[in-house]
Amino acid sequence: MLRLLLRGAAGPARRNGGRSSVVHLQPPRQYSTSSQGSGAAKVVAASLLSVGGGVGGTILYAQWDPKFRAAVEKNVPYSDSVFGLVLGPAPQNAGHPIRKQLESTRPQSMLEKQAKTSKVQSEKKVKGAAQTGSTEPTPSVSPPAVTMEGASAEATQIISASSDVPSVPAPFDTQPTAVTEHCDECHHVGSEAAHSGADSPAGSTEQLVERPAEEVSARLAQQDQDEQNVLAAVSSSLEESLACSARAALQAIGAQEAALQAINQHTQKLKEAMEAEQSPPEEKSVQWKDLEAALMDRTSAVTDATAALQKAKEALDGLRATINGSKDLKVAAVRPLVLAAEENLHKMVVDLDRVVAQVQSAEVESKIVSQYSDLVQEAKQQFQKEVSSLTPEIQANWKGLTGKLSTDDLNALIAHAHRRIDQLNRELAEQRVREQVHIDAALQQQKLEDQRVLERAVSSSLQHVKEEARLEQERKMNEVREVMEAEMRTQLRRQAAAHTDHVRDVLKVQEQELRAEAEQILSSKLLEQDTLHRQLTQEQLDSFTLDMNAAYARLKGVEEAIDSHLVAEDEARRAHQLWLSVEALNHTLKTAGTEEPSVPLDSAAQMVRDSCRQDDFASALAEALPAESLSRGVYGEASLRARFNSLRSLVLRVALIDESHNSLYQYFLSYLQAALLFEDQQAAPPTQLSSEDLDTFKLLSYASYCLEHGDLELAAKLVNQLKGESRRVVEDWLTEARLTLETRQVVSLLSAYANAVGLGTTQAP
Amino acid sequence: MSERELGRKLDRCLADGVIKLGTGLGLGIVFSVLFFKRHAWPISFGSGAGLGMAYANCQNDLRWHYLLHRNPKVALADETTQR
Repeated sequence: MLRLLLRGAAGPARRNGGRSSVVHLQPPRQYSTSSQGSGAAKVVAASLLSVGGGVGGTILYAQWDPKFRAAVEKNVPYSDSVFGLVLGPAPQNAGHPIRKQLESTRPQSMLEKQAKTSKVQSEKKVKGAAQTGSTEPTPSVSPPAVTMEGASAEATQIISASSDVPSVPAPFDTQPTAVTEHCDECHHVGSEAAHSGADSPAGSTEQLVERPAEEVSARLAQQDQDEQNVLAAVSSSLEESLACSARAALQAIGAQEAALQAINQHTQKLKEAMEAEQSPPEEKSVQWKDLEAALMDRTSAVTDATAALQKAKEALDGLRATINGSKDLKVAAVRPLVLAAEENLHKMVVDLDRVVAQVQSAEVESKIVSQYSDLVQEAKQQFQKEVSSLTPEIQANWKGLTGKLSTDDLNALIAHAHRRIDQLNRELAEQRVREQVHIDAALQQQKLEDQRVLERAVSSSLQHVKEEARLEQERKMNEVREVMEAEMRTQLRRQAAAHTDHVRDVLKVQEQELRAEAEQILSSKLLEQDTLHRQLTQEQLDSFTLDMNAAYARLKGVEEAIDSHLVAEDEARRAHQLWLSVEALNHTLKTAGTEEPSVPLDSAAQMVRDSCRQDDFASALAEALPAESLSRGVYGEASLRARFNSLRSLVLRVALIDESHNSLYQYFLSYLQAALLFEDQQAAPPTQLSSEDLDTFKLLSYASYCLEHGDLELAAKLVNQLKGESRRVVEDWLTEARLTLETRQVVSLLSAYANAVGLGTTQAP
Repeated sequence: MSERELGRKLDRCLADGVIKLGTGLGLGIVFSVLFFKRHAWPISFGSGAGLGMAYANCQNDLRWHYLLHRNPKVALADETTQR
């Protein structure tokens, strides 16, 4: 009944425990007097509201406090799934989200640092070697943010390398300055832009950070090396370009001069052709051919000259570019070379200009002459045309055709000539009128032309002068610098001499000091070493002595052990012998037959005695052997038993006979008693004999029992209690028994002793 | 052997008895025949005396061990013969 109740109580309790956070939906009171429907609905609504509010509040608070969320998830099953649905997965650690972000960004930057190290190293290499060698195109291609990140990464690398402190990359404040790395080759101008981008981050980081000492010295050495390289490269390049530009310039000058020559020749020829009109027609044609040839020469020469000039100009431009490039390298030793190259360039430019000016003037002249010749030619042609139009059959060279012309033709010609003369007169008049104007215009033009030429000449000469002045200045500067250098060098040399003297003195003093010190140290060390050595030898000696002693002791020990072993073996052997002899003795005891005694134990006893000469105990025991056993041997137990059995009846028969009762009548009575009294053949003797047990019959039965059970000793003891005639009858048996017992005791003692000794001397394996 | 001693003694007793009895009987017979006119009393007297002597001898022999002997030599000699 009670159990039912308890079970009943436990049931709802269990159910309640499982739903601790959830309110019972069903109200405990089923019966209400008021309207059940609305009341129940109200209750249901209220409970739902409270539950919803509680759950919502829990969720909101869990969203705000992750620890609470974790606690709720731990305690309420399935709440973690609800939270997951509503809020999303829980954060990994319960720390602040801001810190977490920082942590998350830090490894990212570290990773980037790792990724950028190789790139940075390659950038460093580029910067250090100042070569256009293999730089990845990626730095220039990658966006500026990445290069800046790379720069900052390098900065952090350097900072952390120098100061073992992990540093977060600083915010990107510095702008990467465009450090243009100039190339040495004169024909690699175009690739500069590609490399500027690569070197800018490295350059920017240079400005940010102070380099460590070893790096500085390495960089200095590297720089020296680079300067040397640069110098060599620059000089070689300068020489090359100088050579090629010189060649080109000479070529151009030559070509220009050739062109000049050609032009002059051509002009000359043209002039001659123009002026020499009285020559015969063959010469004329020859002249014209020469002229044409000269013209062709001229044109070719002029083209050659222009080409050469172009080349020379290009070469000179290249040289100028090279010079500019090498000027920008900021290497001191390059300057004289640059200066010389500049002077050469200037000279070449001057020559070229001069020659070009000459050529130009010649060209102008030839242009005038050619214009003139063109005009003349044109007039001639015109005239020719007119003449030919008038007189179609007459050839061009009318000067030689005096005989071929008819009068009409002549008249026509004359008329035409007159007309022409009139026209020309008119033109002339006109021209005279307009002469001034024309002259003015021409003068103006000429002035302009002159102005231009003047300007050009002035500008070129100004340039030349400037250039010369600059070169002069440079030269003077170089000279002054050299002088200064020399001066400085002498001063430095003087200082160095003074320094060396001082250093020498100081060194001498120091040497003496150091020598004294060193000697002292040496002596002390020697002393030390000596003492150490002595100590060591002493130690060695001691240790050796100790070892020897130890060895000797061990040897002694070994010897003793061996001796003791020998002794032990000896003892063991003796013990063994003893044991053997005792065993033999024991065995001889067993030789007792049923009726006759054993063999005399003398020999065995003698053996025992022999084998135990050193052993007092054993020898004493061996001595303790009864003489009778030695001489005659002992009876065995069986024989004794048999004998006893045989004499038992006799003893019983004389049981009543003793000192007082020993008449024949008594004998008869005792015989009668023996015949009539019945006693147990064997009876177990009690542990303690009482007076009534001392009866002959009882004693004999006890003794029989004992004998039957092999206890000769007790039997003997019991038999010893017999008195009177029984005793006298049993006497011999008793003595025999006693003898046997004694012998056996001795032998058993000996054997026990031998066994003990044998055990003692036996060594366990 | 001490256990045979009794037997021996008894043998001796018997032998002695027989002898003495016989001798007594014989003497009795002789005396009875000779001197006493064939009365029976010397025979019985002789046999009785003989038996008595034998009895006494036997008893003495059997008792001998328990008696003190004056002459130690005799005692010793007898002891050795007894054995």
